[in-house]
Order: sequence, then structure tokens, then C-alpha cells
Amino acid sequence: MVLVKRLVLDILKPHQPKALEFCSKIAEVGDDYAVSLKVLGVDEETETIEVCIEGYNLDFESIQSAIVNMSSSLHSVDVVDVRNEQRKLSE
Amino acid sequence: MPNLEEANLLNPVSQIRFYLQITHSQGIIRRYFVVNGFDGALTMLGLIIGFLFSPPSSLQIIINACMGATIALAVSGTSSAYVSEQAELRLALSNLQDAMVTELHKGVHAEAARWVPIFIALVNGSAPLIISLLIISPLWLATQGMAFFITPLQGAIFIAIVIIFLFGVFLGRLSGVTWLISGIKTLLIAALTVALIYLFTKG
Repeated sequence: MVLVKRLVLDILKPHQPKALEFCSKIAEVGDDYAVSLKVLGVDEETETIEVCIEGYNLDFESIQSAIVNMSSSLHSVDVVDVRNEQRKLSE
Repeated sequence: MPNLEEANLLNPVSQIRFYLQITHSQGIIRRYFVVNGFDGALTMLGLIIGFLFSPPSSLQIIINACMGATIALAVSGTSSAYVSEQAELRLALSNLQDAMVTELHKGVHAEAARWVPIFIALVNGSAPLIISLLIISPLWLATQGMAFFITPLQGAIFIAIVIIFLFGVFLGRLSGVTWLISGIKTLLIAALTVALIYLFTKG
């Protein structure tokens, strides 16, 4: 089974919600999501950020939905880590 | 996996706070509450002072006149705030969409542009309504047979003065000015109002 372990996303967001709120809303999408954010650039109305999300199995569509819900725009997926974990059959 | 929308519906208070934060509307709410609450207080004070300086009228006439003004203030406050805030937030959303080069109709800013004007309108309309009802409560209580050591009109004037003073205190605390000085300033405004009414009714 292929699991998405890590995503690094390039996002354009308005100044509100602030970075802390933004990360929290993404982290709320999954029970074990770890989210970090780096601001790459700021202008009058928007900021460009790089968001790194790690977890056991990331749900990209839900993450994208959360980003859109916060009036932000996903520009690109810069880094993807996936892993194929074979399920161990119980005896 | 928690659903973001379900989590939001479960906590409307935090959702409203969030919308107010992202639209920078907390200050506007405070301002509208004070401005229109003060409007309500001074209007009621003015009406009651006018009746005090006039030939005696029945309490019911005074209450009806005050209720008419109260309702007008509430409707005016609600409708004017809704129309103006909706226009402002729609403009802000449009500017943000231009900056983001994308439609934002699904995002929180669009939701905030829908809900924040309603909330601000309710605050703007309810402030004078609640303040006015408090001020005329002695009049209504008197019609229900309750007696006080002062006349109902005097009781209403006393409540109006206390409320006006408390508005001053609130503003003083907000701005870091000594609350007593701020309270006295608003009392002076009330005193000026009474003096002008006396001048134009008795003079």
C-alpha cells in the first residue's frame, strides 16, 4: 500500500489567517499531521509560503480543500515522499 | 479524520471570532457598539428631559414616544451597518481576489464577507435597543404598579446618566486614559445636552 509521508507545498495566502492559524487548520485535517511553515516572500496583500506536512498517510485532497477554505492558493507541490508499506498478514 | 466544516459548526463563537479577526473587524464592532449605544442613551435622555420640561404627560405616552425612538434607532443602526459593512467587505474581498489572481468564493474570506456584516449589524442595532430599554425600564415598572423613592422620570434620567458615565469609563480603559476623567467627559456631554434642551424648550 502506497502511503504519502511528506509533502512540501508552495502556497500563496492572504495575510489573514496568520501563519499559526494556517498551520493549525492544516494540522486539524489529520490526527498525526506535523506541519511547518516558512515565509518566502511578503507583499501588500499576500505572502508566499512553503508548508511542509508530515504524517503516516497524508490525504492530499483534504489538505488542498483546507488550503482553499483559507482563501489560499496552492501553487505547486515541490517535494513528495511516498512509501510502499506492505501489510503484514496476521496469522 | 475530523471534518473542518463540522468542527466549525460545533463552535460558532470561535468561528465568528475567526471571521472578525481575518477581516480586522474587532475594532469596528467596539466602535459601533459605543457610538450607537451612546446615541441610544443620549436620545433617551433627551426625550425624557423634554417630557420633564413639558406639561405632565401620562407614562404610557412617554413610553410610546421612547419606544418609537428606540425602534427607529435599532432599525436604522442595523440596516445602515449591514449595507455599509457588506459593501466594504465585498470591496476588500475583490481586492484580495485581484492580489491572489484567483476566485475566493469558497474560502473563509468569502464566508466572512457574508457573515461579518450581519454580526456587525446586529451589534449596531442591538446596542441602542438594549441601552434604551434599560433607561425606560423605570417608566414601564411604574405602569406595572412598582413604586420607587424617586419619580419614574427621575429614575430613567439616573439610569441614563449612569450608562453614559459607564460608556466613558469603558472608553477610558480602552484607550489607557484615567477612567474617571473619561467618565466625567461623557457626563459633561450629557450635561451639555440637557442644557441645550432646556434652552430651546424653556427659553
